[in-house]
Amino acid sequence: MTAVTPDVRERPGRWAAPPRPPWEEEPSKAGLAGKGLTLTLAALAILFPLWIVVVTSLQSKKTIDAAGGLVVVPRGVTFIAYRELLTGGQVQRAALVSVGVTLTGTLFSMAVSVLCAYGLSRSGSLGHRWFLMTLLATMFFGAGLIPTYLLVQALGLTDSYLALILPSAVSVFNILVLRAFFMGISPELTDSARIDGAGDWRILWQIVLPLSRAVLAVISLFYAVGYWSAWFNASIYLTDQDMMPLQNVMIQLVQKQERPVGLATQINTGQLSPLAVQMAVMVMALLPVAVLSPFVQRHFKKGMLTGAVKG
Amino acid sequence: MSHSTVPRSRAGARAGSRTPDGSPAEAGGGRRAATSTGRGTGKLPFRLRFRRDRALVLMTLPAVALLLVFVYVPVLGNVVAFQDYDPYLSDNGFVAMFESPWVGLENFQRVFADSAFWHAVQNTFVLFLLQLVLYFPVPVALALLINSVVRPRVRAVAQAVMYLPHFFSWVLVVTVFQQIFGGAGIIAQTLRRHGHQGIDLMTDPGIFKFLVTAEGVWKDAGWGIIVFLAALSSVSPDLYEAAAMDGAGRWRRMWHITLPALRPVIALLLVLRVGDALTVGFEQLLLQRDSVGPGASEVLDTYVWWNGIRNQDFGYAAAAGLVKGVVGLGLVLTANKVAHLMGEQGVYEK
Repeated sequence: MTAVTPDVRERPGRWAAPPRPPWEEEPSKAGLAGKGLTLTLAALAILFPLWIVVVTSLQSKKTIDAAGGLVVVPRGVTFIAYRELLTGGQVQRAALVSVGVTLTGTLFSMAVSVLCAYGLSRSGSLGHRWFLMTLLATMFFGAGLIPTYLLVQALGLTDSYLALILPSAVSVFNILVLRAFFMGISPELTDSARIDGAGDWRILWQIVLPLSRAVLAVISLFYAVGYWSAWFNASIYLTDQDMMPLQNVMIQLVQKQERPVGLATQINTGQLSPLAVQMAVMVMALLPVAVLSPFVQRHFKKGMLTGAVKG
Repeated sequence: MSHSTVPRSRAGARAGSRTPDGSPAEAGGGRRAATSTGRGTGKLPFRLRFRRDRALVLMTLPAVALLLVFVYVPVLGNVVAFQDYDPYLSDNGFVAMFESPWVGLENFQRVFADSAFWHAVQNTFVLFLLQLVLYFPVPVALALLINSVVRPRVRAVAQAVMYLPHFFSWVLVVTVFQQIFGGAGIIAQTLRRHGHQGIDLMTDPGIFKFLVTAEGVWKDAGWGIIVFLAALSSVSPDLYEAAAMDGAGRWRRMWHITLPALRPVIALLLVLRVGDALTVGFEQLLLQRDSVGPGASEVLDTYVWWNGIRNQDFGYAAAAGLVKGVVGLGLVLTANKVAHLMGEQGVYEK
């Protein structure tokens, strides 16, 4: 670790600048302003579109009509769009499907990946090289869309939620990151447990996993985001419109501007702005991700990067 | 320790002492084999190794089984590229493969004779090159900028905001862009309010390739920043101090210390991207295929999707997919070779 500079910068909870090292020249006013402006613009490029979406989803039909569409400056707040969407119907069901698939899929993927990563964390164990080669080779080729599609069909997974989980359950990259982290755990810890009579299952559960919380959090987020964001498999493997997850419903309602099933009356009678409904669907899709990702940010340095850099 | 149990720790200890002149298999384990838990396989009979490692094997199996079923078995399914495959010859699509007539290279001949295929190839390369040239400068510049900010809170907030879109789905990214640049987007809306004609950049085939690139930069520039910042944080501050003592100003320090530190990372990412050249944002392009039309948005992956999934011409689509797969494999292998030649790790630990 290069201690000096990071330690100074990591002092918690301060907006103030830490002291500069004596050899560094003070920045000019113009330089600081330019830096601040560029960073602000970059942040705005990301936040402004999200702001419009969130604000419009919270406006009444009157405000939206007055603005001629998307609303930049909010006038009051109403949750009517969310209330309508969440009292049954297409979007609520899709959101529940997405939550269910994401939770189940993430749990399943994590279980399989953690086990595999630990199973491969001791070089020289039985079959180690063969298993590792089997994993690594998949990073160089893919079977292709058509054969995979035919296989999933042949397995009878069409119109089953398993088709949204099983084909994409294993990410070799994630396993390698976990494995690198497990291999970095001090062998003294696992050895002493082994001498005390603990088997591999117990060592994994009681020693390795508690030491790996950071990397587990990061990899779980990767898997969860993958499941939450996925739409393509649903679009080719599910034919039943009632089974579609949120992303697919979002394509229909927001991108293709179709009217939501069940809300036609409210929209036609003019109580509900279709635009507010669309924006509310988008907020529902982005909210879990936006809430979770900063929460996991503090684990990034500890978890993913150390794991990945050690490779 | 009794002799009836598998001598795990003794085997380990022996392996440890043997490693300096150890077998290549153990040398592959590197650092690990030198520690006491490295399992020297040595002359232990299979039966004993199995007894010692069966828990590890059992743990590895589920993931390996999933990969075998969903990655390795479908590779065999590529035989339909050489067939006039008809899924309705049997109740089961895989059984139908054994009953479909073989047609040799006919599917490939049809693919290569199709101008739409070559058009998709062209689109793929144009998009790849454009993304290659326009993507990298953005995260590198932003990483340099953030790295020069000394206030920890500002750094943290800037990073958190910028990598947020990386976690968004493509559906969300496309619909967000729609709200800004689409026919009912905020730009068109503002123009109309001021008496101009609205614009719809989302359905304009002429600028579609730039739109796609912009979406990619918006989504993933922040993610690139993380990688570059990690590389920058590993630069010793002593270097900067020594350079400053010798009279180098901040620009010369950036040119002679910071950028050389980034060079290997940039090179590696470039190489990996070249290896992935034929896969230019399949989901992203498929989502916008309807709105902008196949003329501007068709790439190899969407071409396969259209012919196979949509038109159910499985043999033909599989042939096109196989061409893409084989060329892609060649690119990946070449790219990794180059990465290793440059002294980098490639996508995995060697």
